[in-house]
Amino acid sequence: MTAVDVTEHESWFHRNQQRIAPWLFLAPGVLFFMVYVIIPVFQSFNLSLYEWDGLGAAEYVGMRNYEDLYWEWVDRDAFYVSLKNNLIWLVMYLLAIPAGLFIALFLNQTVWGIRLYKSLFFFPFVISQVVVGLVFTWFYDPTFGLLNEFLSWFGLGPVNVLGDERFVTYGIIFAGLWPQTAYCMILYLTGLNAVDPEQIEAGRLDGAKGGRMLWHIILPQLRPATFIAFVVTIIGALRSFDLISIMTQGGPFGSSRVLAYYMFEVALSEYGFRMGYGAAIAVVLFLIMLCFIAYFLWSMYREEKGH
Amino acid sequence: MFPKPIEKQPRAAQISYQALLPVALLLWLGPLLAVALFSIKPEADFTNANYWGLPSSFEGARNYGQVFFNSDMPRYLLNSFLITVPTVIGAVALSCMTGFALGIYKFKSNLWIFFMFVAGNFVPFQILMVPVRDLTLDLGLYNTKTGLVLFHIAFQTGFCTLFMRNFIRALPFELIEAARVEGISEWRIFWCVVLPLMKPAIAALSVLIFTFIWNDYFWAVVLTQGAESQPVTAGITSFNAQFRAAYHLMSAGSIVAALPPVAMFFLMQKHFIAGLTLGAVK
Repeated sequence: MTAVDVTEHESWFHRNQQRIAPWLFLAPGVLFFMVYVIIPVFQSFNLSLYEWDGLGAAEYVGMRNYEDLYWEWVDRDAFYVSLKNNLIWLVMYLLAIPAGLFIALFLNQTVWGIRLYKSLFFFPFVISQVVVGLVFTWFYDPTFGLLNEFLSWFGLGPVNVLGDERFVTYGIIFAGLWPQTAYCMILYLTGLNAVDPEQIEAGRLDGAKGGRMLWHIILPQLRPATFIAFVVTIIGALRSFDLISIMTQGGPFGSSRVLAYYMFEVALSEYGFRMGYGAAIAVVLFLIMLCFIAYFLWSMYREEKGH
Repeated sequence: MFPKPIEKQPRAAQISYQALLPVALLLWLGPLLAVALFSIKPEADFTNANYWGLPSSFEGARNYGQVFFNSDMPRYLLNSFLITVPTVIGAVALSCMTGFALGIYKFKSNLWIFFMFVAGNFVPFQILMVPVRDLTLDLGLYNTKTGLVLFHIAFQTGFCTLFMRNFIRALPFELIEAARVEGISEWRIFWCVVLPLMKPAIAALSVLIFTFIWNDYFWAVVLTQGAESQPVTAGITSFNAQFRAAYHLMSAGSIVAALPPVAMFFLMQKHFIAGLTLGAVK
């Protein structure tokens, strides 16, 4: 290579570098993300049209996996129970938002030691869901659990929360609400910190206090915090897997399954390697999630255009 | 400030607030404190059904000693570190670059690429599960830490890009324009101008990703199997199978498994909360 070539090359790059540079910066990240996230989504869509045990040849079956799900021909009372539980998770999990707001309001003071209190209240969020699951499994234990110890003070009989089809899903959700509430609390504490004091003063002069002040003056200013709390709580609810896997493994009799867990059970656990069928369940879950993702992106898009 | 500062309330309200705080905290952390209590009890307390009384003897050292010297726990902890640290480095490095590209340059597909990262970050894990497992098997990385690390880096890049891009957007753009007028190359602008300003974002993101990855359970179960590569979240289930019904040991094991991210949180609290609440305030 001659010296002339090098300078020419350099000057071409130099002239165009503002156009090329972003692509060079993006390349490794986008490549990784494509290979491990974006392409697999489409592969799963494709796979849901096949019957495959993960080893042999895959057989094209068209929409049969979806028909099996719809009519529950393969697993009785699995798909709709999971779907229903997903819905319960979605609704109940949202309680983390008002609960987090409540605790944030309770802790938004400046007394001695309050910083440590805030940290300790936040602490459950940092612990892994596996440990949260174990902690609450013991909490609910019918022979020595703290819950039944507590109930017995009031003369109430032992309740086997995780062994009872009526309570099990709520019991797991309650465990999940513990870290999630902590997360919402920290979002609101940060939000409350930034509330405009002049508006509060103006509100006080107008005679607003307590609930009315909260509703008309504080909450509108907490909107960004509420939006994030909403996003992470919805995503968290639909991702619920760890707690179910640790606490009940979907039981008793599959009554605490959600789609995420059911899919795993079908595709990878001892119940067999039905990859195509599992992919179909994943697609259903993905489509539910997609409604929310679309809404989040739309909100972000409006925000971007607003700037 | 809202609610009204307690110092401006009557004395009685102040005292009851101060009294209520520890009670509320005790209730809030109750289930966890119970496990901590279990972890220092001797085995005999469980056979004698002395679950909630004071420990008949203090066996903390013995129980935790068992966890550290007589189980696979140290192995699992080491695996967790060897998975978490490279992931943090990889994801932060990649997202510094993607965040820079999306935050600084104006080009047509900018917003679409950004949205691809954001949307990908929200997908349910299950829709990636089978293809990612196959890919990892094909690469010969099934049941290795590397396989897990590669996936984690890729997936976390989504969230990290969102974070970095928004952070870079808030930096003063005049700095970059001034550097360009000086004729500084784009790479040097990234390395010498923008990267030093991103230190707080890098710190916040590192702590967050450390916690997320340390606490991951799903991918550990999907991509690894044995003690040689499983992180502690997956290992704890084998640990519990080994010590079935030995509640004092299972409790101690759980506490040990939970500790590193907790330590990280208390040491880096400011960064951690800054990271989690980015965007919570306008």
